[in-house]
Amino acid sequence: MIEAAGLTKRYGAKTAVYNLSFQVRPGTVTGFLGPNGSGKSTTMRMVLGLDQPTSGRVTIGGHPFRELPNAPRQVGALLDAKAVHGGRSARQHLLCLAQLSGIPARRVDEVLGVVGLQDVARRRSKGFSLGMGQRLGIAAALLGDPQVLLFDEPVNGLDPEGILWVRNLMKSLAAEGRTVFVSSHLMSEMALTAEHLIVIGRGQLLSDMSVKDFISQNSADFARVRTPDTEPELREKLTAALIEAGGQVLPEQDGGLRVTGLPLPRISDVAHDVDVRLWELSPHQASLEEAYMRLTQGAVDYRSTADQRIGLHQQVPAGYTPVGYNPADSWGAQAAGAPQPGGGYGQPGAQPNPYAAPQPQAPPQPPRSPAPADLNKRDNEDAR
Amino acid sequence: MTTPNQQQAPQEPVPPQGPHAAHAPQQPPAAPAQPYGQPPVPQGPPPQQQWQGQYPGPYENQGQLYGYASPIPVRQANLGDALVSEWTKIKSVRSTMWTLGVMVALVIGIGLLVAVAVGAQGNEVHTPLPSFGFFGVLLGSICVITLGALTMTSEYGTGMIRTTLTACPSRGRVLAAKGLIFFAVAFVITLVTTTLVALMHSALLSGTVTDAADTGAWLRATVGVSLYVATLGLLAMAVGTLLRHSAGAVTVMLGVVLLPLVLGLFMFSESLEKVREFLFLYSIPSQLGGFYGTAVGDEGPTGWTPLWIMLGVTAVVMGGAYASLTKRDV
Repeated sequence: MIEAAGLTKRYGAKTAVYNLSFQVRPGTVTGFLGPNGSGKSTTMRMVLGLDQPTSGRVTIGGHPFRELPNAPRQVGALLDAKAVHGGRSARQHLLCLAQLSGIPARRVDEVLGVVGLQDVARRRSKGFSLGMGQRLGIAAALLGDPQVLLFDEPVNGLDPEGILWVRNLMKSLAAEGRTVFVSSHLMSEMALTAEHLIVIGRGQLLSDMSVKDFISQNSADFARVRTPDTEPELREKLTAALIEAGGQVLPEQDGGLRVTGLPLPRISDVAHDVDVRLWELSPHQASLEEAYMRLTQGAVDYRSTADQRIGLHQQVPAGYTPVGYNPADSWGAQAAGAPQPGGGYGQPGAQPNPYAAPQPQAPPQPPRSPAPADLNKRDNEDAR
Repeated sequence: MTTPNQQQAPQEPVPPQGPHAAHAPQQPPAAPAQPYGQPPVPQGPPPQQQWQGQYPGPYENQGQLYGYASPIPVRQANLGDALVSEWTKIKSVRSTMWTLGVMVALVIGIGLLVAVAVGAQGNEVHTPLPSFGFFGVLLGSICVITLGALTMTSEYGTGMIRTTLTACPSRGRVLAAKGLIFFAVAFVITLVTTTLVALMHSALLSGTVTDAADTGAWLRATVGVSLYVATLGLLAMAVGTLLRHSAGAVTVMLGVVLLPLVLGLFMFSESLEKVREFLFLYSIPSQLGGFYGTAVGDEGPTGWTPLWIMLGVTAVVMGGAYASLTKRDV
C-alpha cells in the first residue's frame, strides 16, 4: 500500500508536483499516467525517498521509505533502465545489490533467469540494448521479492515479445497480492495491464479511478454516420436536422460525420424523418488513448507543432484554399469543447484551435499549407 | 497464475476509495507454480521452487493486511552487508584496476629510477634511505585521489546511486561502507607498493647512503605514507560526494594538492610572507615529505603530524558529505 497525502515538490520557481494525494492498493496493477514532464518520475522518486517532498508526505505500508525496516525486502523499484554502472556485468550489478540488501546470492541467478538475461549475465551492461537494460532493471526490482513494486516506464525499448512479458509479469505480481505501481505514457499498454489508473497532468491529480470508469467518464462514445457521397446536400440536411435534434456533429475528413449526444436509433429516426439515406451508421467506443488525450489536453507541457517551412514553400495565389483542408477538423478540437472561431463546422478557412493537441488519429495535413492559412495560424499562436 | 477471482476483477468496477480489505481476503493463497510470470526464454523449472514449501501466503498481522509475503527468509541488512556489497562494487569495475595499476607502476618505476640515478652518481648521499620513495608516492597519490573520487562520483554519473539508495535507504551506511572499503583497498595497495620500494632502495642503495634509518623512519615511510595517501583518497571521495561530478571532484583535489605550492611561489610581497610560509609548510606535497623528513621548511609538520592534520580535514569534509547525502535530493 502506497499512500501519498498532499505531496508537493518545487524546484525553485517550478512546481513539479502539487498537492498530490492518492493510494495504491495491493492486489491490482495501478497505472500512473501523465504527459512528459507531468511529475510521474518525481513522484516515484519521492515515494522512494530519493527526493524530499517540499510539503506533504508519502508512505509505504505506513512508513516513509527511508524509515522502512528492511526496505529492499519490502519495496523494489525500476526507476531508470540506465541507472547502472556500465562497466559492471549484469550479474555483478545484481550481486552487489543483493549483498547490500542481505539477500542470498543465489537469488541473483534466479532473477537473471526470470528476466531472461542468464546468457549475458557476465557481459558488461554498457553494451546492453535499452530492452536488455530494462530487463536488468526489472531483475533488480524483483531481487528482494518485495510486496511493493514500482516501475517507471518499464516497457520503453522492449520488443513486442518483451512488452507482452512485462504485461503478464505485472499482472501475475499483482495477482500474488503485491502492490504494483507502473508509470507509463503508453495508454494502449495501460489499458491492457492496469486495473486502476492515477492520471496526473502538470503535477496535479486529474483522475484516480478504475480503467473502466476512466474510459466511460472521460470520453463520449460517438456514432459514425455517412450519407451518400454523390449527394452532398443530403449531408448538410442531415447535419442541420441532427443539431436540431440535440446532437453534436463533427464532419470527418472523408465526408463522414461524427455524432455525439444522440443514440443510434434516434439518429436513424432523424435521418428517416428528413428523408436522408444512410450509407453507414456505426457505434464507436472511445479508446483509453482518446480518454487520456481529452483529460490531459490542457496539461501538456511539451507540445509539438506543425512544421511551417516558412519561406520554403511556393507562394500560392491568395484566396486559394485546397478542398478538404480544414484545420478545425480534429476530434481533439471538438472534444475539448473549445470555442470554434470559424463559427460552424467544416467551413473552409476556419481557424485552427490552438489548444488542440496533435492527435494520432487526426488527418495528416497537406504537406504544403496555403499561405493565408499559415498566417492565420501564426497569428493565433502568437495571441496565446 | 491468475485465479478466477482476479480474472473477474477488471470487469467489476472497484470503488476508487473503497477499503482494499473488503475484497482482498477472498484471494486464495496463490500457488506460485511460476510466481514471476512467463520467462521470455523457455528453460527448465525455475530454481525458486526450493522455497515453495515455506510459502506462507497472504496473512493478517496486527489487523493490517499484507498482500504478499516473500518465501525468502527476511534478514535485517547491516553495515557488514554494505561492506561486502562495496567490495563487490570496487573490484568489479575497471577504473579500480586502472588507477591502482598506474599508481603501482608510478611508485615502483620512479623508485627504481631514483635508485639507479642515486647509485650511478657514486658519491655518498646524506639523506635518510627511506626518503627516496617520496617522488613516486607524490605522483601515485594522484591516482588514489582519482579512484577515491570515482568511488562516489561514478555512482552519480551513471545513476547507480538511485539504485543503491533504493536498496539501502540508510545514507550513512552506504557512505561508511564505501569509505571503509576504499580506505582499506587504497591503504593495502599503497602499503605493499611503498614496502616494495623501501626494500628495493635498501638493497640497491645501502652502499651509497650511509645515514642510518631507525625503525620509526621506515614505519613512517611505509605505513605512515600509506595511511596518509589513503586518507587523501578518502578526502577526494568526500569531495566527490559533495560535488557529484567526477571531473569536478578530481580537478578540485588536484587544486588542493598543487595550488598551495604554486600560489606560494607567486607571493613575492613582504606582507604576504606569513601566508607564503604557511602555504609552503602545509601544502600536501610538503606534508607528505614530512613523513620522510624531507619537508620544504624545518618548522613544517614532521613525523606523524601530517596524518593527524589530514585525518582532521577529511573528517570535517566527510561530515559535510554525510549531511549533503542525507539532505539533498539524489
